[in-house]
Amino acid sequence: MKRLLALTLLIVSLLADRPATAAPPQSYFYPFVNPYEATVMELPKEFEVRLPDQVPVYEFVIRPFPHREIPEVFWYEKGLACSLVYQEHKAPLVFLVAGSGSRFDVPRMLKLQKVLYQAGFHVISITSPTHMDFVVNAASGLPGIATDDAKDLYRVMDLAYQKVRDRIQVSQFLLAGYSLGGFDAAFVAKLDDREHHFDFKRVLLINPPVCLYDSVSALDRLLVQNVPGGMDNFDTWFRGVFSETMHLTESWGPGGLSGESMYRTYKRMQPSESNLAALIGLTARMNAADMIFTADVMNGGGYIVPKNVRLTSTTSLTRYATVAYKTSFIDYFEQWLFPHYQKMEPGLTREELLRRETLRSLEGYLKGSGKFGLIHNEDDIILVPGDIEYLERVFGDRAWIFPSGGHMGNMFHPDVVSAITGFLKGKEE
Amino acid sequence: MKNYRDHIPCSMAYATAKRSAGFLTKGSLLVPLLAVLLLSACSTAPIVTGPVEPPLRRYEDLVKPGQPNMLDVKDSVEGFNRGSYRFNYYFDEYLYRPIVRGYEFITPNYVEDRVSDAIDNLGEITNLTNNLMQFNLKAAGITVSRFVINSTIGVGGLWDQAKKMGLNRQTEDFGLTLGHYGSGSGTYLMLPVLGASNVRDTTGLVADVATSNYLGPVAWINDSTFTYAYSGIYAVDRRHRIPFRYRQTGSPFEYELIRSLYTMKRDYDIGQTGEVK
Repeated sequence: MKRLLALTLLIVSLLADRPATAAPPQSYFYPFVNPYEATVMELPKEFEVRLPDQVPVYEFVIRPFPHREIPEVFWYEKGLACSLVYQEHKAPLVFLVAGSGSRFDVPRMLKLQKVLYQAGFHVISITSPTHMDFVVNAASGLPGIATDDAKDLYRVMDLAYQKVRDRIQVSQFLLAGYSLGGFDAAFVAKLDDREHHFDFKRVLLINPPVCLYDSVSALDRLLVQNVPGGMDNFDTWFRGVFSETMHLTESWGPGGLSGESMYRTYKRMQPSESNLAALIGLTARMNAADMIFTADVMNGGGYIVPKNVRLTSTTSLTRYATVAYKTSFIDYFEQWLFPHYQKMEPGLTREELLRRETLRSLEGYLKGSGKFGLIHNEDDIILVPGDIEYLERVFGDRAWIFPSGGHMGNMFHPDVVSAITGFLKGKEE
Repeated sequence: MKNYRDHIPCSMAYATAKRSAGFLTKGSLLVPLLAVLLLSACSTAPIVTGPVEPPLRRYEDLVKPGQPNMLDVKDSVEGFNRGSYRFNYYFDEYLYRPIVRGYEFITPNYVEDRVSDAIDNLGEITNLTNNLMQFNLKAAGITVSRFVINSTIGVGGLWDQAKKMGLNRQTEDFGLTLGHYGSGSGTYLMLPVLGASNVRDTTGLVADVATSNYLGPVAWINDSTFTYAYSGIYAVDRRHRIPFRYRQTGSPFEYELIRSLYTMKRDYDIGQTGEVK
């Protein structure tokens, strides 16, 4: 019976019309089979690639809008910080775009910089257009629409390169990003094909969403559906998770309250799957809230902040914070972003705007251009059913799809690292 | 213009805070407390620049009355606190952390850990008094044993040998002792230089500093040079061990997040008093 089943499966898999993708190496082994665990847990050291302790780095600040008056409530914002990791010799330069809500120097970015440095690249790291630093200093309008975020990113890349061009010798330009940053990279590449400032030789998308709306909905559902008793019970649930976490961690610092460092604390305990899922959703919700509030203030208010008020450095933001954390990206899109775009472009339909938020709108371009590469996981939690098959079809033999790893949990697995550096080096040539 | 006038009191707050920092080490909290009283008037309301239109997403529509919200922490002097938070950001960025980075640069990690252990050993006195005041005799006993072991076998506290023997540090402070006996937290306070606190914990801090001054290392060696050296090393070691960096949250609500997490953490710690760690 079992043999029959196996045979049937084999036949089915042979018959299934799956285009050839670059197969991951046979040896690929990944310790977490649960995609939520994979997403949250750091890879144990023995599974991880070895990286240098220190790399030569130069941090600098750019101001895309030098005359912009920064609201006093953001008194700590002093331009958009970027970093350059450099080689002493002529080398290709990778622009690396951070994922949703991440700065250029979050732990994942620092590690990716080391991976790329070790492989012989210069790296300019760029904060995500969804991070408040970017929204305050570099966004031209409301953030969240990929085609327009790409224009802002492109302007930042231009300025960043001008700032460092005397320090490094560049042989060619490459572009890479993970998660939302990978998604952004595709739109930036498209823009560059028109503007030709860099003529990117290769563009790598690491664990990008296919349709942004689908992905942010999926992430928000992780929160809403996994808090026992619904969001009205959020407070009780979070306090419970908090004291569970406290039980297990002696060394607590307030530094442990953002995205990745929150996970690091949490991984020490035996977490329930629904708690993990809810924490992933919570991180996404908090990142969105930070962006939405900041964007609202920068654009004159009306959504969360009243119009015609000026917030100062001593203004209480507590009520705005409460509202912002009750606002998902989907709320923002439907209630604020879409009406805002409709006002600017009369006749714009919701469907048309949503098309600017999906890789499907670039399908012909991604398929036809040999410079794109893709790294993804079959069990990535930001994808919806059908996405992986779609990506395999579009990227063909330029797709490296791993069977497990969740959302970027396997990024520093040696097999994934060699896929990243191998593609960017252009081994096939 | 209105904006600038509004801020004169707050810039005075920074100046007062700067001066008061020196007094703190001598156990006088009078100046910052006065500053709190005087300057709690810093406005927490936004400045109105025209006809105010309510936003699309209103607090009143989204929050059910009576629903618990961990962002709601009693904060009666929020204007002062936010000014103080801002002062602390600059203080940390341009003075405190550069000094600590210098210390970390010239001192090998191994030596840094020895300094931390020695400072901890000298600080056992307040752990002892507070465990006693909570009638946690077992924890008090462990504290005495730790002090004796670490001061002798651990060579003046440089090595935490007691921990290797399974005697964990029984950290307590007078803020926790007050909480243990049911004292409420009072309003949240962002202390200049010292950071997040509340009325209960600030009172506790004053008591612990006094204890340390009359019974602790400062009293044992009655020498002002030692007192300054001890205070300085204590301050540098303290910052060295706290991984917190301002603006690391990347959130416009960092003040709120710190306030909530500080409060939750202290509530949790109070729940743990009376137990042996």
